[in-house]
Amino acid sequence: MSDNSKRITIPIGPQHPALKEPGCFTITLEGEKVVNAVVGVGYNHRGLEKACESRTYIQDLYIIERVCGICSHTHSTAFCQGVEELVGVEISPRAKFIRVIMAELERLHSHLLWLGVAAHEIGFDTLFMYSWRDRELVLDMLAMLGGNRVNYGINTLGGVRRDITPEMKELIHKTLNIVEEQNKYYIDLALHETTLAARLSGIGKLSHEDAIKYGAVGPVARASMVKDDIRVSEPYAAYDQIPVKVVTDDHCDVFGRAVVRVLEIMESISMIRFALDNMPDGDLAVKFPRKVPAGEVFSRTEAPRGEDTHYIRGNGTDKPDRVRVRAASEANWHGMQHMLEGDYLADVPIIIAAIDPCYSCTDRAFIVKDLDHGDQRVWDWQSLKRYSVDWYKKRGFDASKIKLAERRI
Amino acid sequence: MKKGPGKIAGFALEHVFKKPATIQYPFGKLKLEESYRGKIEYDAETCIGCNICARDCPAGAIKVVNVGTKEEKSFQCRLDVGHCIFCAQCVDSCPKKCLHFSPNIELAAFSRDNLKVTM
Repeated sequence: MSDNSKRITIPIGPQHPALKEPGCFTITLEGEKVVNAVVGVGYNHRGLEKACESRTYIQDLYIIERVCGICSHTHSTAFCQGVEELVGVEISPRAKFIRVIMAELERLHSHLLWLGVAAHEIGFDTLFMYSWRDRELVLDMLAMLGGNRVNYGINTLGGVRRDITPEMKELIHKTLNIVEEQNKYYIDLALHETTLAARLSGIGKLSHEDAIKYGAVGPVARASMVKDDIRVSEPYAAYDQIPVKVVTDDHCDVFGRAVVRVLEIMESISMIRFALDNMPDGDLAVKFPRKVPAGEVFSRTEAPRGEDTHYIRGNGTDKPDRVRVRAASEANWHGMQHMLEGDYLADVPIIIAAIDPCYSCTDRAFIVKDLDHGDQRVWDWQSLKRYSVDWYKKRGFDASKIKLAERRI
Repeated sequence: MKKGPGKIAGFALEHVFKKPATIQYPFGKLKLEESYRGKIEYDAETCIGCNICARDCPAGAIKVVNVGTKEEKSFQCRLDVGHCIFCAQCVDSCPKKCLHFSPNIELAAFSRDNLKVTM
């Protein structure tokens, strides 16, 4: 054990140039090496779960869709599936196929986005520019199918809102050919570019046992040889009718995560092609009641970042009693401390970026930890509000008298 | 491909002589599909003033009011573009199909009041 005086603790964040969302990482260094890392998230809590409780199910659909900016479709699919199960409605086979096509297109755009972000973090901006250029093609397809680039809004309770016409099908096939050709080049590049391999290999190590221990999900787990994929283990929508190959890798590091993602792009392309060619005819949506019976349901989907779970409790009215979302990034944060320890400070940004973190998805609960006094407790909303009012009062600003203006149309 | 550094250099140089992938907005504009969910349009003639759109709106951005008398009804749609999240649920919910979306996305204004439109 070395002397504590040689150690230096630096806070990275909440606002910092390497990552686009607020997260604070308190890194303790010994020389250049990270000996301890504390992950602090919770700067982006938006109260979406609470907002869902005061709105009807159909309104909640659009709030849930905005939980994540990248995997918006997977969240709304999980929510729809849950509510449909509560009501006991079976959606049409065509709607199931359209949900799968959207989900796989979303995975395409998410993985291409990650490839760009990861390349940017290691200073490989040429790859960043080209992968994002190709991502635009996928986004254009999503905009054509759903009507928006990010919040596609294709899901509705009881099915989907828009159909895929034969012209659209043809256009998607054509665009997929271009994306596939480009992606083959990226796979080649990932496997043969020695600088890329040298930069990514051996950092952010998470062994097979540790991936299971920390409950890693998605490409992070699959890069540690954990064959975990909800599309296979618990098929939802039309995944039971489409061949799904789970991509795994044994590198157990950031390089492995990159390989898993680029290979998954190829898998997604073949799945979209299969789904488009084998799409059955049928209605888009079935009639759905406004009031949902009392009961609770747990719904799971495979987001581009990993397993996404939704818990919904209905109370017999048109509003849910409780909605709980656990996005994929939330599961992957637990292993972050282990991944960072032992690596160099310069590797920190890419190790954090390798789990493809989504901060706003993660921030759900308030846990205020007072490290100075060793005091740790969970604060409810009222006590947290009181604390913030007192905090500002001490600094000469009385916030308790401010009344939020009523919104008028 | 053989292993080695600088693999992307040739690919990048090739693109120097190609057309740019980006569009210089506002001098060039992206062509949007007709199905793109932009600003909501309203047809007062067919509206029955049921306000189902207002009930289903997740953002509370839309409201239909009767500006005529009880006998001779005349409806107006008040939309707050600043609050609208462009989900087009109102279009789906409308029983008379008097609401529809347009691919109009250039909705910026200099004040919040200008974002509140009456149709």
